[in-house]
Amino acid sequence: MALSREQMAQRVAREMQDGYYVNLGIGIPTLVANYIPEGMEVMLQSENGLLGMGAFPTDAEVDADMINAGKQTVTARIGASIFSSAESFAMIRGGHIDLTVLGAFEVDVEGNIASWMIPGKLVKGMGGAMDLVAGADNIIVTMTHASKDGESKLLSRCSLPLTGAGCIKRVLTDLAYLEIQDGAFILKERAPGVSVEEIVAKTAGKLIVPDHVPEMQFAAQ
Amino acid sequence: MAGFDKRVYSYEEAMAGLEDGMTVISGGFGLCGIPENLIAEIQHRGTRDLTVVSNNCGVDGFGLGVLLVDRQIRKVVASYVGENALFEKQLLSGEIEVVLTPQGTLAEKMRAGGAGIPAFFTATGVGTPVADGKEVREFKGRQYLMEESITGDFAIVKGWKADHFGNVVYRHTAQNFNPLAATAGKITVVEVEEIVEPGELDPSQIHTPGIYVDRVICGTFEKRIEQRTVRK
Repeated sequence: MALSREQMAQRVAREMQDGYYVNLGIGIPTLVANYIPEGMEVMLQSENGLLGMGAFPTDAEVDADMINAGKQTVTARIGASIFSSAESFAMIRGGHIDLTVLGAFEVDVEGNIASWMIPGKLVKGMGGAMDLVAGADNIIVTMTHASKDGESKLLSRCSLPLTGAGCIKRVLTDLAYLEIQDGAFILKERAPGVSVEEIVAKTAGKLIVPDHVPEMQFAAQ
Repeated sequence: MAGFDKRVYSYEEAMAGLEDGMTVISGGFGLCGIPENLIAEIQHRGTRDLTVVSNNCGVDGFGLGVLLVDRQIRKVVASYVGENALFEKQLLSGEIEVVLTPQGTLAEKMRAGGAGIPAFFTATGVGTPVADGKEVREFKGRQYLMEESITGDFAIVKGWKADHFGNVVYRHTAQNFNPLAATAGKITVVEVEEIVEPGELDPSQIHTPGIYVDRVICGTFEKRIEQRTVRK
């Protein structure tokens, strides 16, 4: 079975470490916040200028002046700080964020990522994604492995305009966890019940399959 | 206006001097911390052919989106323009030009513009369409794009509190691009929720020092929320 969005978030959350400053993109990355292991302290950065994003507010706490980068109303946790957009991107560009999680349309064996523009469709903008991929050393891309028509999104070369070049080293799809190294994807883990053959069939870029590819483990829900 | 008293008492006065073809830099992120009454005044004035520099371009009928109704904007420099049907229409018909700019680069363009720095180098956008036509230089083995800074004829800013000297503090994440925009306008207009007595703002807590600010006006704000998300 392919991973659910929640399972993808759970798997990414295992990459967290105590004391990490983390930027989570919109979509599946946002869900990761729900699975930060008990007893671990992590500060979430939101690029509109908030370090230490807290839970969603209660009805009574809703404040139009307190939002995250997805424009959702949020709260600030104890220990948070709030600052300008220039300061926010100084943190991002300057490599101060320990982990960045974001979505993509395509990634390739060179670590290129395309996530913001489909030619012929309306282009809404890159927001902060280009700064995030250029600034972070430690990035996890979350995406579906293939399109609904079965077309691979893990390619030998991205077909869409890039968000960043040579900056992605780790990808979690609904089928597998992979690393990118020396011009190839390396299959590190597979989703429960998903065969290596299926992953091979749905990966267009060069894929290295080690002798043993462990299945991801999830606690029964 | 005498000495350092930068208060004005009408929105007409606040935007006096804005002319067709000018560049306006606006603070705000989505609909958070936008100078909503100053934008409404630009709509009211009917100024045309504007270049607007702002992270977003409002929504249909609110924020900078109201300037699209009578086609007052010719060009937008923004990082994300997604929430606006009229904008899409004018973009697809070629009535409006858009320069999509990475968010951090946009913030730095404003900051640098206000700080007298004409251009800077950033790794953001290298190898992407953003790099088209731009100088690339290598520093310490990595490639960087040269990005030019931005200044505006006007900067429009939303603050929380100000004093008549033009010292401004922002509230929560309504800060966003506002302090950067404030530095980059030839004429910087700040609208706030409250103008406080001189001495009430702690000098060490000022976000925007009054030197950047030309006019201050006190307004009332709708503060529309785009994504109201709550927990039980």
